[in-house]
Amino acid sequence: MFKIVEKTALNPSMTKMVVEAPLIAKKAKPGQFIIFRVDEYGERVPLTIADYDAEKGTVTIIYQKVGCSTKLLDTLNEGEYILDFVGPLGVPSELEGYKKVAVIGGGAGCAIAYPQAKALYNMGTKVDVIAGFRNTELIILEKEMGEVSDNFYLMTDDGSNGNKGFVTTALEQNIKNGAGYDLVIAIGPVPMMRAVSELTRPYGIKTIVSMNPIMIDGTGMCGGCRLTVGGKTKFACVDGPDFDGHEVDYNELMKRNITYRNNEQAAREKNCRLVKNVEVN
Amino acid sequence: MANMIPKRTPMPEQAPEVRRRNFDEVATGYTEEMAIHEATRCLNCKNRPCVSGCPVNIAIPDFIANVVKGDFEEAYSVITKTSSLPAVCGRVCPQETQCESKCVRGLKGESVGIGRLERFVADYHLKNNTENQIKPESNGHKVAVIGSGPSGLTCAGSLAKLGYSVTVFEAFHTAGGVLMYGIPEFRLPKAIVQKEIEGLKKLGVEIKTNMVMGKVMSVDELLEEGYEAVFVGTGAGLPNFMGMEGEGLNGVYSANEFLTRINLMKAYKEEYDTPIIRPKNVAVVGGGNVAMDASRSALRLGAENVYLVYRRSEEEMPARKEEINHAKEEGVNFKVLNNPVKVMGDENGKVIGLECVEMELGEPDATGRRRPVAKEGSNFILDVDAVIIAIGNAPNPLIRSTTKGLEANKKGCIIVDEETMATTKEGVYAGGDAVTGAATVIKAMGAGRKAATSIDEYIRNKNN
Ligand SMILES: Cc1cc2nc3c(=O)[nH]c(=O)nc-3n(C[C@H](O)[C@H](O)[C@H](O)COP(=O)(O)OP(=O)(O)OC[C@H]3O[C@@H](n4cnc5c(N)ncnc54)[C@H](O)[C@@H]3O)c2cc1C
Ligand SMILES: Cc1cc2nc3c(=O)[nH]c(=O)nc-3n(C[C@H](O)[C@H](O)[C@H](O)COP(=O)(O)OP(=O)(O)OC[C@H]3O[C@@H](n4cnc5c(N)ncnc54)[C@H](O)[C@@H]3O)c2cc1C
Ligand code: SF4
Ligand code: SF4
Ligand code: FES
Repeated sequence: MFKIVEKTALNPSMTKMVVEAPLIAKKAKPGQFIIFRVDEYGERVPLTIADYDAEKGTVTIIYQKVGCSTKLLDTLNEGEYILDFVGPLGVPSELEGYKKVAVIGGGAGCAIAYPQAKALYNMGTKVDVIAGFRNTELIILEKEMGEVSDNFYLMTDDGSNGNKGFVTTALEQNIKNGAGYDLVIAIGPVPMMRAVSELTRPYGIKTIVSMNPIMIDGTGMCGGCRLTVGGKTKFACVDGPDFDGHEVDYNELMKRNITYRNNEQAAREKNCRLVKNVEVN
Repeated sequence: MANMIPKRTPMPEQAPEVRRRNFDEVATGYTEEMAIHEATRCLNCKNRPCVSGCPVNIAIPDFIANVVKGDFEEAYSVITKTSSLPAVCGRVCPQETQCESKCVRGLKGESVGIGRLERFVADYHLKNNTENQIKPESNGHKVAVIGSGPSGLTCAGSLAKLGYSVTVFEAFHTAGGVLMYGIPEFRLPKAIVQKEIEGLKKLGVEIKTNMVMGKVMSVDELLEEGYEAVFVGTGAGLPNFMGMEGEGLNGVYSANEFLTRINLMKAYKEEYDTPIIRPKNVAVVGGGNVAMDASRSALRLGAENVYLVYRRSEEEMPARKEEINHAKEEGVNFKVLNNPVKVMGDENGKVIGLECVEMELGEPDATGRRRPVAKEGSNFILDVDAVIIAIGNAPNPLIRSTTKGLEANKKGCIIVDEETMATTKEGVYAGGDAVTGAATVIKAMGAGRKAATSIDEYIRNKNN
């Protein structure tokens, strides 16, 4: 059982939780993730370690309430417990040896990009953070990302913050203006990561993306998280979640991620215990 | 006078047309009368050939003699002198190639139903025994066990009985290894596995779940923290794929994923959130126990047609005979001498078919089995909406890649001294599928027991 010590709503759809997990906090590195299970009947769901404090023994997660499990998680409050919390999983991001890095976050992806920006910044690397959201209401971690970047570009799809455009708009401008990045890290919706990778490819800038396929065990046992990278089958949970953005087969990943959506969605919503409970009350 | 009926007492079972749609146990077990009747078929042979067929050398004629007398508890204590999971082994041991293959009654007629009797005795004990396990007196030494499959549990139990304080570290949220996530409920009820684990806890064994060792803690850290020895029983969980086109499509599962969603995550039960595809037509690729379990589970999820695609002939199938028969009775469609070549998908990335090619048997290969060769131009398509790959598992690399000095062979199996189960790293022992590659429950148990003996010796020598 893992105690929730802090819970904050970041925007209407995203929540930050600080969870007591001393062993994980001691070992965590940027780029790694945990798998949680709310209760006995719950699914195992992966979330990135957004922050960690080895001294306090806490791990921070930031999640978007997209479906049954994240909504169930969101019903828990400070002082309550999460049944299972496993980690740190995955290979830590390789952040050593770069001079100037663009860290790009799209929507919820900012939660995953933030620890990487922070680690790079603290290592003395020059960091530009480019964060994109659909509109101002959805903006998260603005202050935090600003604090760990040399230049911070905040974009909205609809221009509601006065800076209209996609993250690729800002990235392209910077590259053309001679920003001189030797690494780009892009984390967000798959189409965004693909767009960033396509943009950097002709410039030959190394681009790392963070993959979010469906997972169960997170230890390399089920193969459910497999994707094709450079023509080879990789398991995101043990070989990733970071991969070379120029090598990933995005089409396959997008198709696999909708396995339990579409026609199954209606059945799943009906099955979601949360919805059932709400009806009862 | 022994009972000379050539056939063994039949095992009561759910009828195939009923059980193919439920997850309840297929074989319902002997009654006391049936067990005694079957036990009287044993000749109590002086040279005890059956015992040598059992990897843990259970004193078979002795326990059976106690069944004849109706002293089932005594029979149980005979069995548990050398075996720690009899309710499990009585159900899933490949008896026909082990103990029962050596039984003299098998020469003229059928061998004694040793496994069935073992199961009966263990179930009797689990049901009737209320005696509390007494926690052995502590000897003040700590041992860590990584993995809670049959090898880890047996090692932990054996050491606990000697007074060691044992901590088992398990990656999953539930202990039991393949017994929990792989072998389905209808062959091995999970309540039985949990009872065995409860028994270990009463012995003082501590089980820590959600601990992915090598990530959250390394073997070296365990040793530094005062564990005097470590047993690695992490199994062979890394699924192999065919490497054929279309394996990334939606609806292609490894058997591990499919079975884990069903067994551990209970996708077949309403109250669980676990999603799973409920395919109408399924192809399962492989011919071992895992393939049988996946096929029969697919039927129970409601599939109309389940094809078992295997590239050799039925004689070569590694699965237990009993499982093959059960699968056939339940309506699994055996497509032997067929090899899959490509998974076909629609524009949304969903599986719509499996292209196969017919095979014929050629010259024997290195394993002595005749090598299957494709028949040119015999390709055909099976109409399926899901494909489950059950072509074997390799040892998981997590521990060996994070432990300096722990060596493995080319196949990724941890290297041990077979006499002691000691690895190439001092104080670290290993056993089960992590050492042998995918094998059997009883072999994993045997290895766990052997390692426990060596660990005890190692720690006693070290402290002298
Ligand atoms: C390594 C890793 C790190 C992640 N880190 C974070 C994080 O820090 N914060 C966060 O909010 N999410 C993160 N995710 C995504 C998160 O695990 C999914 O959104 C999750 O499926 C939500 O579960 P649910 O039951 O609430 O949603 P449901 O919609 O009920 O889930 C059902 C299925 O929908 C699909 N799905 C739904 N949302 C997504 C999505 N956003 N991406 C991909 N598939 C989806 C999946 O197939 C999932 O199995 C991460 C994923 C991975 C693999
Ligand atoms: C579907 C299926 C059906 C089978 N049917 C039969 C049968 O009928 N009869 C038979 O005799 N055998 C059968 N087997 C084989 C048998 O189950 C195995 O040989 C046996 O379970 C091996 O035991 P083990 O203790 O070595 O490992 P496992 O049972 O594999 O257990 C290993 C445990 O270690 C854990 N682990 C792995 N890595 C780590 C880590 N880094 N940190 C912490 N924990 C970790 C795993 O989660 C797992 O719980 C079957 C196997 C499968 C998959
Ligand atoms: S443990 Fe297995 S091999 Fe040994 S007697 Fe029992 S069923 Fe036979
Ligand atoms: S070989 Fe068969 S008949 Fe002889 S003791 Fe063993 S079980 Fe009994
Ligand atoms: S989540 Fe199971 S292998 Fe990656």
